[in-house]
Amino acid sequence: MLGFLIQRVLQAAVVMLAISALVFVGVFAIGNPIDVLISPDVTQQIRLDTIARYGFDQPLWKQYLTFLDRLVRGDFGRSFVFNMPVLDLILSRLPATLELTLAAVLGATLFGVPLGMYAGYRPDSIVSKAIMGLSILGFSVPTFWIGLIFILVFAVHLGWLPAGGRGPTAGILGVEWSFLSLEGLSHLLLPALTLSLFRLALMIRLARAGMREAILSDYVKFARAQGLSEGKVIGGHVLKNISIPIVTVFGLEFGATLAFAVVTETIFSWPGLGKLIIDSIQSLDRPVMVAYLMLVAFLFIMINFLVDIAYAALDPRLRTGRA
Amino acid sequence: MIGLKILDRGTPLGRFWAEFCENRIALVSFWIVLIVSALAVLAPLYAPQDPYDIGKLVLTDARRPPGHVGAGGYVYWLGTDAQGRDLLSAILYGLRISVQIGIAAGAIAFVVGGTMGATAAFLGGRVEVLIMRFVDMQLSFPAILLALVISAVLGQGKWQIIAALVAAQYAYFARTAHGAASAERAKEYIEAALSTPLSARAVVFRHLLPNCMPPLIVVATVQVANSIALEATLSFLGLGLPVTEPSLGMLIANGFQYMLSGRYWISIYPGIALIVLILAINLVGDQIRDQLNPRLKR
Repeated sequence: MLGFLIQRVLQAAVVMLAISALVFVGVFAIGNPIDVLISPDVTQQIRLDTIARYGFDQPLWKQYLTFLDRLVRGDFGRSFVFNMPVLDLILSRLPATLELTLAAVLGATLFGVPLGMYAGYRPDSIVSKAIMGLSILGFSVPTFWIGLIFILVFAVHLGWLPAGGRGPTAGILGVEWSFLSLEGLSHLLLPALTLSLFRLALMIRLARAGMREAILSDYVKFARAQGLSEGKVIGGHVLKNISIPIVTVFGLEFGATLAFAVVTETIFSWPGLGKLIIDSIQSLDRPVMVAYLMLVAFLFIMINFLVDIAYAALDPRLRTGRA
Repeated sequence: MIGLKILDRGTPLGRFWAEFCENRIALVSFWIVLIVSALAVLAPLYAPQDPYDIGKLVLTDARRPPGHVGAGGYVYWLGTDAQGRDLLSAILYGLRISVQIGIAAGAIAFVVGGTMGATAAFLGGRVEVLIMRFVDMQLSFPAILLALVISAVLGQGKWQIIAALVAAQYAYFARTAHGAASAERAKEYIEAALSTPLSARAVVFRHLLPNCMPPLIVVATVQVANSIALEATLSFLGLGLPVTEPSLGMLIANGFQYMLSGRYWISIYPGIALIVLILAINLVGDQIRDQLNPRLKR
């Protein structure tokens, strides 16, 4: 297990390095950031000074090394627009996004897995067909449109829930959260629901497919032949066996949901990272773009890493076999 | 069983079609996709108004509800938007752009990804590891972020957004093609083809790839639907197409600000058009996948 861990950590480091190069080349080398930084009518001297100050006169590989060096020391530079350290900016927006994403993914898993297992257990019943219809709808309806409908129905027509914003927050350990008050929860509900529908559809699919294959397998037949109750067969054996793909997708989808929060946050004016990246793309705030992308990449690598570890813990065969 | 008679005689494709027809929902969806695509492509021939001919727009007719009879005595069946545009015509033109972009992005990603995956499986060794590692790395990164950043870097425009969509989606084709091609590669007909004087490229394109088609077709249907949804999302966020080529996403975005004042139709109807199209494509793709999955055969 220790060898497995070391190998995975090394792999993750290599991938992170590759991504940092891609992000650097992608964001910094295309177009000229100097045109964003200074107005076009300054003197040639100021222009050259600024270029030298940001190191844009250096060859690309040297710029990349400087960038890496600062990155390792946790220095992401300053936002051109907000004129504050990018790291502080991102950390101040992170809790809002994390809260939204967690609520969405947890909700989708808690409802999606039982629904999907039922649909796989009785594939021909009316209820199962309705569940599957719901899941296809969840796949097909774009997130932003669902958000609009929710706002129209629940905020404009019924007036039950607020149409946007985060509402009051309460602090725990210096971080502000919405879910601690009823008012905050009411702000969280619509965006979280919007964000979770696609994941819900996915979880239903996954649990149904797993169930349909498991129910025909030998271990289920033997468990039944042993005289175990149907509840024990499903809860004890099937659930354990289909949990591997579910854990993977839970992990991977957590990252994807974090990314998709971009859309949801824009619609509901949720003050998180997604809104920040859209704003910084529109204002060409490169340090923020780079930092955000690196952060998301890092998160994805961490998630992949944790999923691998969880795999190994759930399925002993993976520990010794292929890496 | 009538179905069985066709099954016995027909070509493989005929048999496939017969099985496909047994699922009525999929069949209806198939026709919806065909009809909506035809309506979209032919929009300029029959749409009641050219929504982008500014001279024809009547500003006094702006933001009218569905069914309003306009100044010219003509009925706006789905209402009008903030510029007095007939929404029905705007939706038909918007669908046209969405379908074009979805199909173009899907087709290019198909060719690029399919070639990459099949080549990797065929060559094996270091090349395979390198290509597939790259693809895997990209797959672990969400498509929407990739498309977002690429379209931000490339700027607005039809080809720019197609490029962004292809870059975000080719990896799914590459993954699928690689999986299918690795299995096919080990089979004897590939060995046989290689022992003839055929070039390696001919073997890949004429023998290997055609046999990897079934799973790729499933991915293609799903990815065309995804491209359409992704394009709409990007346009909604203001990063997709320029204002001169308003797709459904942009129509929805334009209507968003009027929604809170109860003028729902500007956003809702383009959204319904979008969803019907995507839903129908996904249902067709679903049926094809079920038919191709041998594990579900009883």
